[in-house]
Amino acid sequence: MPDEKLEIPSEPDGTFDRRKFFVKVGLGSLSIAAAGTAVFAYQFLSPNVLYEPSPVVNAGKPESYPMDSVTLDVNSGIYLIHAKEGFFSLGAVCTHLGCLTAWKPEQGIIACPCHGSKFKRDGEKVEGPAPKPLPWLRTWLSDDGDLMVDRGTTIRPMEFLRV
Amino acid sequence: MAKTVDQYFEELRDTRVWRSIFRSGTGSSTLKRSLAIQQNVFLHLFSTKVRRRMLCFSATWYLGTLTLGTFLILVITGILLMLYYHPSVPQAYADTKDLQFVVSSGLFLRNLHRWSAHAMVFLVFAHMFKVFYRGAYRPPREFNWVIGIVLLLITLLLSYTGYLLPWDQLAYWAITVGSNIASAVPVVGDKIHFMLLGGNLVNANALLRFYVLHCMILPLAAIFFIAIHFWRIRKDGGLYAHQSEPATLRQAAIAKGAR
Repeated sequence: MPDEKLEIPSEPDGTFDRRKFFVKVGLGSLSIAAAGTAVFAYQFLSPNVLYEPSPVVNAGKPESYPMDSVTLDVNSGIYLIHAKEGFFSLGAVCTHLGCLTAWKPEQGIIACPCHGSKFKRDGEKVEGPAPKPLPWLRTWLSDDGDLMVDRGTTIRPMEFLRV
Repeated sequence: MAKTVDQYFEELRDTRVWRSIFRSGTGSSTLKRSLAIQQNVFLHLFSTKVRRRMLCFSATWYLGTLTLGTFLILVITGILLMLYYHPSVPQAYADTKDLQFVVSSGLFLRNLHRWSAHAMVFLVFAHMFKVFYRGAYRPPREFNWVIGIVLLLITLLLSYTGYLLPWDQLAYWAITVGSNIASAVPVVGDKIHFMLLGGNLVNANALLRFYVLHCMILPLAAIFFIAIHFWRIRKDGGLYAHQSEPATLRQAAIAKGAR
């Protein structure tokens, strides 16, 4: 076997030879590819079109809600409340972990079945783990005279809709 | 003279076909028996030699092996359940009920899957406590403890994702609550919630995502880490033998060894 003398270029430290250059190019392109893959994965996993129900709900004629009534629409997850001051609507989804709350007429409170949060009729928190009151939702009267609620837009409390 | 069963088996082990599959060959010397373990793709993960007293029930309570047993039951019953279950909103609940009342042995398989899942969670925790109180997590086994924690998390995630699939009220609200907990992560919580469910609500996308996680991604991850977990037992010096094993047990082991 002939003597294999591996010629290691004895250059002083800090010089930039061809090997180091290619290693840097290789690692650089790999990290760019990895970053691209991460962005690709994030975009792929976030759907661009959702087939979820519209946030705007038609709650029907105001006459169908008697004075001092609290009406829960289970499908859209909102309360429509006819108070003396006027109409308003609350999100019925608990601000704690997203369960659907229920109106308890005998106690006059809104209660969550999951972890026992309680709210007043105007959404104010009474007790329980819920961190925030139930949100007031934008409510208006359509041209046809129907009550409309936008579940995606919250308003300040105590802004009643007079009909 | 009639041959015994052992002799027939010995002849079978000497055939060309057998020798082409199992290379260790005939004979039952210690070397041959070691080779049989070492040269098998599945068995080579394990040690070729185990202390006799480590095979006693009291040494490990067989908790790891029992966990593997429940996992294998879950894989087999799960694959069978997949043949009747459609992960879609109109069909998921009806398919679950069909499995209970219409499909032959469907009730048995579904219940077996459910009870094994409960048993696996229990056994994983029991295994963890046993390892902890025996001190078997200490060096050089500390990395295998970490892999065990990963396997614990995978087990819990498998339970959580499987919980949604019956698509009943219990499942729906449990996943609503559980996925909202993910929203509590600082800064990126809402994004995680959105990506986990594939939307803002527990809906068709969420059902499909949980199905894929439950039936593909998490089981594959579990198998991957289980393989490392077993291989590390060998690499870390075999099952952990406690120095202060109860004296009676040690004597029993010695007596057995002398026989």
